[in-house]
Amino acid sequence: MQTFYTDMLCIGGGLAGERVAIEAASAGFDCIILSLVPPRRSHSCAAQGGMQAALGNCAMGEGDSPDVHFEDTVKGSDWGCDQEVARLFVDTAPIVMRELAFWGVPWNRVVPGPAVYFKGGQKFEVYEKEEKAGLITARAFGGTAKWRTCYTSDGTGHSVLYTMDCKALEVGVEVHDRVEALSLIHDGENCLGVVARCLRTGELRVYFAKTVLIATGGYGRIYKHTTNAVINQGTGLILALDTGIVPLGNMEAVQFHPTGIVPTDILVTEGCRGDGGTLLDKNEYRFMPDYEPEKAELASRDVVSRRMTEHIRKGFGVKSPYGEHLWLDIRHLGEKHITTKLREVYDICMNFLGINPIHELIPVRPTQHYSMGGVRTNKDGAAYGLKGLFAAGEAACWDLHGFNRLGGNSLAETVVAGKIVGEKIVEFLKGYEVNIKTSYATAEVKKQKERIEKLKNSSGGENVYKLRNEMQEIMMEKVGIFRNEKDLQEAVDSLRTLLDRSKKLSLASNGIGANPELAEALRLPGMIKVALCIAYGALQRKESRGAHYREDYPYRNDKEWLKRTLATWKQGDDLPTLEYEPASKVFHLPPGDRGYGEGKVIPSDEDEKSGDNK
Amino acid sequence: MSRTLHFEIFRYNPMDPDSKPHMQTYYLEEKDNMTLFLALNEIRETQDPSLQFDFVCRAAVCGSCAMVINGRPGLACKTKTKDLPDKIVLHPLPVFKLIGDLSVDTGTWFRGVAKKIEAWVHTTKTFDPNALEERMDNDLANEIFELDRCIECGCCIAACGTARMREDFLGAATINKIARFYIDPRDERTDEEYFEVIGTDEGVFGCMGLLGCEDVCPKQIPLQDQLGIMRRKMAIASLGGKVGKLFSVFSKKKK
Repeated sequence: MQTFYTDMLCIGGGLAGERVAIEAASAGFDCIILSLVPPRRSHSCAAQGGMQAALGNCAMGEGDSPDVHFEDTVKGSDWGCDQEVARLFVDTAPIVMRELAFWGVPWNRVVPGPAVYFKGGQKFEVYEKEEKAGLITARAFGGTAKWRTCYTSDGTGHSVLYTMDCKALEVGVEVHDRVEALSLIHDGENCLGVVARCLRTGELRVYFAKTVLIATGGYGRIYKHTTNAVINQGTGLILALDTGIVPLGNMEAVQFHPTGIVPTDILVTEGCRGDGGTLLDKNEYRFMPDYEPEKAELASRDVVSRRMTEHIRKGFGVKSPYGEHLWLDIRHLGEKHITTKLREVYDICMNFLGINPIHELIPVRPTQHYSMGGVRTNKDGAAYGLKGLFAAGEAACWDLHGFNRLGGNSLAETVVAGKIVGEKIVEFLKGYEVNIKTSYATAEVKKQKERIEKLKNSSGGENVYKLRNEMQEIMMEKVGIFRNEKDLQEAVDSLRTLLDRSKKLSLASNGIGANPELAEALRLPGMIKVALCIAYGALQRKESRGAHYREDYPYRNDKEWLKRTLATWKQGDDLPTLEYEPASKVFHLPPGDRGYGEGKVIPSDEDEKSGDNK
Repeated sequence: MSRTLHFEIFRYNPMDPDSKPHMQTYYLEEKDNMTLFLALNEIRETQDPSLQFDFVCRAAVCGSCAMVINGRPGLACKTKTKDLPDKIVLHPLPVFKLIGDLSVDTGTWFRGVAKKIEAWVHTTKTFDPNALEERMDNDLANEIFELDRCIECGCCIAACGTARMREDFLGAATINKIARFYIDPRDERTDEEYFEVIGTDEGVFGCMGLLGCEDVCPKQIPLQDQLGIMRRKMAIASLGGKVGKLFSVFSKKKK
């Protein structure tokens, strides 16, 4: 068996993984990235919008500071985030954006003089200052008090990822692409590496490492309608869950993006609304100001998605063969703006819908988009439960986003957390030694070999694609934007049945080499477990907070639920074990009103005593 | 108006000793808004789960799914079946190493050339976390982004006559990449240093000017212009010394 040894093993070659790897390699440590695909094809490349950092260079960002960014982030999270982490993030973000500029990212820059922008459908003019000329500029995103989102046209993820991968190449990070980690090797206390499968040959490999980082992004593909890439199947979360010790945090916190296009579910960026696009109903009436007079289309994503669904339920949706949707209108932004700053949007509409957004409306509906939950870590990025295991980016629950993340904060998190966690890993590695017993690897390899043989020879008769589709339907219909006890209980029951049926998976093909059916069959039981963590966590959380909205418990309940769910999966169980911890150790910003959304709150006892409840 | 599509797909699994390269036939009912992404997945899920192909973003931004579609390299995800005839013939991209069926190893190839041309900003400065970013004109930032838009799908390499003949030819995507760093003031490399990298037959002077690259680029990047510009600059650099200085008006990079 091919066996590798390294100081740091990074699972996932997107922005978070690469940023951490660069930090470790620059400090002189050996570093290998395992990636399902060549790193530049990671889903980070699809992020169109931008990265939030309080640089305050553009006119509409004047007066911005990390403090304002902090407040927006905590409010956005509906007080579910870890406030120490949010503070660390907002303070570090401006430095990281400048560092990216230094490495070669072609950020858009301030152009001095009068500038015309849109808010909602309305034109307005501001003056960009001469002394800010050529500094990194920003655009508006939802849920923010200032314009703070740094961008490169609408290809921010792409250009940052390419710059990052170049930097990784420069500092000698080794990349093993088309390799999938199947399970962690550990001794119950220390993480020692992974067993992986080569997706070129189908062969198993062992990687021993002093530290392992999980940076595999989201799990959107457990939902039927998701903006996520097809590789976002939550593989890193499965690794953590299968240890039985490492918990996933707040898995019930799932973000739906307001503007996935119908029918292909591809995202069109929040930049559309940030730049002045509006949402229209079947009568081409702009409805958002009726629900959210102040923020309108630019309230936080959870709120806009709920308001859209609510409006559709009232009968104002546009009917189509693919279900009801609403319209996104960017026509008034004009041809030049649409074909430059929103070119990716223009291309997507032309290529996948045959619609020209300069003249026509874009069919959109809320679509699964982002996972606030993930491998629970402390503020250093160290996972709970196993020494030497770390996580960063969307795969982690660091927890910057709580129950709703702001647009532009996740792409920024990949690189900001990447820098911070990378520095902590370097600190950890200095002088660190661990005893690697090969017997743990042997046992893990045997287990994976047996799984593969069983799938190849099984006559159980369950089809992997059929089971996967059933899981996706359940999640979409019962664990979506509006949730209730009955639906969630049904979802949990059906998913448990699916998990049981997944033991009888058998392949229709021969499973030889880089066989895609085998790869899918190896992932599916873990994906169902991730789905169960979401559904069961949502069933137990009897309140509404951020993106988690319970029709039967419409209030945010700070008295009982100002806490984070921790889900572990004990061997042999068919449900996760749930525990809870306080949402934050410190509350620099005490729980209060977000200023948008429904705003029904049951205050905590402490608030009542101090009398500042709202 | 529903059609039955007739697919002829190249099949070969190098890991299976019983597998021989051949074309395999599939039939599929066409649906509204069907793309090759949807069609190939439906074939895999309902007819042949061993069929290998690569998709990631399915939105034409990641560059994974390039293949030869009825004789022409293109991105499968954004190819609509309604724009194709009833018979659809699919081959893997040439030049790149075959992984199986329609899947090829573009990742290793592009990483190799990136290493060769040292595709990163070369600077003697160190980053100062306490300083403001260096200013840049927004037009220049846009110009760099324009060249940075390449998604390394490999279409231009597969359509390149030179790449088919010489294994070491850098190809249009790579020369475009060089142009991206060349115009970037943060990269301190001189014309002479660039000449070392691409002033050869495996670089800008290898191009035969067949223009296949630009014809098939799914991002409509002006590859031929970049080739021409870089070739002119490298020709001037090759003259070096005094003659080079005479032409310095064409050249942005000076020590």
